[in-house]
Amino acid sequence: MIDSSTSKVSRAITARKDAGSGAVIGYLPVGFPTLQTSIDAAVTLATNGIDVLELGLPYSDPVMDGPVIQAATQRALAEGFRVRELFPAVREIVSQTDVPIVVMTYWNPVSQYGAQRFADDLSAAGGAGLITPDLIPDEAAEWIAAADRADLDRVFLAAPSSSDARLRQAVEASRGFVYTVSTMGITGARSDVDAAAATLVARLREVGVENACVGLGISTAQQVREVLAYADGAIIGSAFVRALAEGGLEHLAAVASDMASGSRVS
Amino acid sequence: MTTLRDAVGPYFGEFGGRFVPESLVAALDELDEAYRAAAVDPEFQAELAALHKTYTGRPSIITEVPRFAEHAGGARIILKREDLNHTGSHKINNVLGQALLARKLGKTRLIAETGAGQHGVATATAAALFGMECVVYMGEVDTERQALNVARMRLLGAEVIPVATGSRTLKDAINDALRDWVSSVETTHYVLGTVAGPHPFPTMVRDFHKIIGEEARQQVLDLTGALPDIVTACIGGGSNAIGIFDAFLDDASVELYGFEAGAMASSPVDTPRPSPSAAPASCRAPSPTSCKTKTARPSRATRSPRGSTILPSGRSTPGSPRSAGSTTSPSPTKTPWRRSGCSAARRASSRPSSRRTPWPARSASAATGAQERPSSSLCRAGATKTWPAPAATSESSTRRGSSCDRLQYQ
Repeated sequence: MIDSSTSKVSRAITARKDAGSGAVIGYLPVGFPTLQTSIDAAVTLATNGIDVLELGLPYSDPVMDGPVIQAATQRALAEGFRVRELFPAVREIVSQTDVPIVVMTYWNPVSQYGAQRFADDLSAAGGAGLITPDLIPDEAAEWIAAADRADLDRVFLAAPSSSDARLRQAVEASRGFVYTVSTMGITGARSDVDAAAATLVARLREVGVENACVGLGISTAQQVREVLAYADGAIIGSAFVRALAEGGLEHLAAVASDMASGSRVS
Repeated sequence: MTTLRDAVGPYFGEFGGRFVPESLVAALDELDEAYRAAAVDPEFQAELAALHKTYTGRPSIITEVPRFAEHAGGARIILKREDLNHTGSHKINNVLGQALLARKLGKTRLIAETGAGQHGVATATAAALFGMECVVYMGEVDTERQALNVARMRLLGAEVIPVATGSRTLKDAINDALRDWVSSVETTHYVLGTVAGPHPFPTMVRDFHKIIGEEARQQVLDLTGALPDIVTACIGGGSNAIGIFDAFLDDASVELYGFEAGAMASSPVDTPRPSPSAAPASCRAPSPTSCKTKTARPSRATRSPRGSTILPSGRSTPGSPRSAGSTTSPSPTKTPWRRSGCSAARRASSRPSSRRTPWPARSASAATGAQERPSSSLCRAGATKTWPAPAATSESSTRRGSSCDRLQYQ
């Protein structure tokens, strides 16, 4: 990890680790079900115990996402969401909470928008960095340079299939945390978080990871507790999207609060 | 000396690379290694050649079409008949190669995306040949439109999964195939059907299809004693086009033109052919190739040497991928015959290095050819008039100089 002292995300995760647990990271797509509600929903996560916000940028070809998130981002696009609307949305959320915001986006929209321009606009809006599910460190020179200039975090993925050399590369290229893919698959709730996640976190520790946060399949407070026993953070996505879609902000608040309880040391 | 033909990826100019989730990288590395070994393995090459001879039906013949040529203005027009391959298209060339590789890698399951169904039928056929499980992802819209091919795939033992997400067409089928692959990569090989996607797919697909051009080049030499002035190919994803173009890339006198149906472009694509000494992989940043667009509105036409370009009107190719970020999809058309751009000029008046086909730009803007055309064509220029456009234009459509028109079935 390169100088994580300036990383808001890293500081937030460290604070939770110091408290004896780990961070709960909550994903929601911007623009779903409407732009304003998505902003309110992000703030709702933050005020109900979520430590880091992961804001998804709707994209037409989300190859890492399962049906719940696909449906939500597709609806956001159908409602007319555009990339440029991300930045004022981030600004609005930042004005209401201190919880750091990372944007989860496929690479194509960033490439189209211009990597440096994207980084500068996100930084100006108060965003903390990017999670890039289809940008591997091998292809990320442009993004790493842009993120460095804008002082943004860059989160790369580690997968159970990654070689040790690739894990080392992911750790070295990442700032903030390493997104630890719990299973060979896509996003969506699963009854069991794969045992492969614990193994992968251990392998990442061996190559010097500072923060390994586990995502894919986490949908209950119990799973959060299990994951935080070995990882630095637990990432929840589809469960929040479903809560928002089915029960609105009120239900989302209850689910967030429940998930966050999984990180509280009893 | 390095020529364009020797380019092996992962980058082709500013295009290429790997823009896929980390989970797939190990499989791509494994595939890359296996492919590089197979490419120089006489046993593998002999096995593939034997299959082509006894199963595909290669070499495919060339057919000269004098009456059509006369109708089109008089150039000698010769068709390379990939439609006569087993399964009815060029797709089998690549599929057999990849299926052999998959078997070498110990994979027991093949998955594929398909637009109109040609690639799906070819993959289902190869899976049946090698006793492998097969799942084909096909946009729901396409399954309705191409019910016959769906039935054919099922008859061959494949499972056809209609994809109901997104625009319910080809690009969504590719997305679902990738999602499947992310989850099943240990046992499964993804038989990508075109010169797109992450390295090593573009290189590998080009190599498995270049037999088209290698045969055609020799066949035309045998028939006419000279190289053709022009080689044209239809472009969906680009596998057919690169298949025939590759053998001619180092022939400076041969002009290469790609035609894409359903163009919505306002400007043609003019891809310079790098000089033979130019390094194939430049230092510029690579661009995504994985079912993604490089530009918001991909240009979909070829350039006329005289600066005039006939562009088909704004209709989508059935099953063709939409540009990223677009949220509306033009409804597919079933227009039968359409006149597609006229582009050939006399060789004597051309500057050989200055106009090129959309390749490799295509690899960034389209994923797979949905409507694969059966044949590529080779023209001997010498005509003086064009086929009159079906509607409206008459006298004005007759241009001075030589031209080579070609009809495309859409």
